[in-house]
Formats: sequence, structure tokens, C-alpha cells
Amino acid sequence: GPLSERPLMEVRLGELHAWVSTCSFSPQGLLGAVQRAWGSYCAKYIHVKQGGPAGISMLLAGYCLLSYGWNYQHFKRHRWRKYH
Amino acid sequence: MNLSFFDQFSSPSLLGIPLILISMTFPALLLPSLDNRWITNRLSTLQLWFINLVTKQLMMPLDKKGHKWALILTSLMIFLLLINLLGLLPYTFTPTTQLSMNLALAFPLWLATLLTGLRNQPSASLGHLLPEGTPTPLIPALILIETTSLLIRPLALGVRLTANLTAGHLLIQLISTATTALFSTMPMVSLLTLLVLFLLTILEVAVAMIQAYVFVLLLSLYLQENI
Repeated sequence: GPLSERPLMEVRLGELHAWVSTCSFSPQGLLGAVQRAWGSYCAKYIHVKQGGPAGISMLLAGYCLLSYGWNYQHFKRHRWRKYH
Repeated sequence: MNLSFFDQFSSPSLLGIPLILISMTFPALLLPSLDNRWITNRLSTLQLWFINLVTKQLMMPLDKKGHKWALILTSLMIFLLLINLLGLLPYTFTPTTQLSMNLALAFPLWLATLLTGLRNQPSASLGHLLPEGTPTPLIPALILIETTSLLIRPLALGVRLTANLTAGHLLIQLISTATTALFSTMPMVSLLTLLVLFLLTILEVAVAMIQAYVFVLLLSLYLQENI
């Protein structure tokens, strides 16, 4: 279909720039994008009849990474980092 | 090694946004809600089973008037449980190590149980200050003691949770520092310390769950006295 109505997974790499320019970056647009992304993640990994540990583990791993990034300024000064 | 072992408890913030906000709202993402689905998934089934177990356990000693408290006590339990357990993952921040948050949870809920008792059955609530069968000369002293123990309950609730979690995290950090420091010089001692660290982590998982349960259980007990 037309470029603006295709979901991200069906956009080819060369068309990425054009696709991003059709996105709406208003607060409602961003919020809608976040809601759709969360909904598709849940639909794929959590709301399945025989889900495994993958769905929750990815969330927890992402949370760990986020916390690492958030604290980076703090522990980059720890003594055992080789190059300060 | 850290500059100081208590650095892990300072509330971190990036670009002015404190991590504590994310740490407190992230547990909500782990509890999927069944909006419009016929087919339940394994995660929801497990969580529903657990929530049913907790609610029945908490509400059994309470009569019908106390069942109004079911929602807040169960959600408090799930909240504390998830926050404590998430804090055991690497690099994460545990909001319940902050005394401010625990007192903010304990004080209003305790006060609500106290005021409920004083409003609905004032003489029975005040009567709890004097246990049955005390010898007459002891009565003034005992009333003072019981009043003190009543007023110290919210402090005890908050500090108990804070102290348990803080001590656990601190121990984990100390023992892991010892393990890494000993590894180059005495590998066997380092392996022993690693074993201690493993056991300690299991203990911390248990403590995380038990402390959440104890917090809510004590609140329900205070409610039982007063409802």
C-alpha cells in the first residue's frame, strides 16, 4: 500500500527516510506510536496461549539496560575502570 | 570498588529525571491486563492464581467490613513484591531502600486503621491499650507503654522494610567486592566467598518476598483490631 500506511517491519531499508518523513511527531502521534508498539509486543510475546519466558525476560533485560544507561555517569568513576 | 558502599542507594537521575520514577512505574508493565481477550495467556493465569491466593490469605481473618480493604492491601502487596524482586537485578534501583518511600506507605495506612477504629468502636479501640488481667498498680505504666507501642507502629513498619532491603543490598555488594578482590591472590578462598554470595542471593530473594508479605500482614492485623 502507500508508504505512510505501512507498518515499520514492511518498509524497505531504502524507503526508511521517506517513511520517517510521513510520521507525525506531535504528542498524539508519538503516544499512538508507543501504544501500537507496546500492543504489538504484547500480542506477539505475552497474549499467546503457550507463552514462554521470552516475553518477560526481554522486558527485564531491557529494564536492566535502561538502569545501566541511567546510572552511567555515576559508576564510570569506579576505581576498577581501567581508563578514567 | 566504589567510592563509598552507600553510593548505590543515592537516587540516580539523568537529565533531571530521577530513575525512581521509572523504578516505581515499571512493575505495572509486568502485569498484563485482560482487556478484551477470550483466551487467557500463561502469564495472566499465573498472576491471577497468585493474586487470588494472596487475597484469600489476607482476607480470611477479617469480617465483611474489612473486605473493603482487599483492593488496597493486595495491590500494596504486589507492588512491594515486584519492587523488591526487581531490585535484585543488576544495576537496578530499589525504591524501597529509601526510608521516605516506606514511611510514606506505612504512615497513612496505619493512621487509617487507627482512625477507623476510633470512629467505629472508640471504647474498644482505647480498650486495646490495657491488656486483660493486669494487676492494678501496673495500670498507668502499662497504658503508657501500650500507647508508645501503638504510636511507634508506622515507624517500625517503614524502618523494618528499609533496613532489611538496605542491609541485604549492602551485604551483596560487600561480598561480591571481596570475591573479586580475592580472586587474583587466593582463588580457593574466592570460590568459597562466591558460594556464600550465591546463598546470600537466594536469601535476598526470600527476604524480598517475606518483607513485602510482613508489611501487608501487619497492616491487616492492625485493621483486624480496629475494624
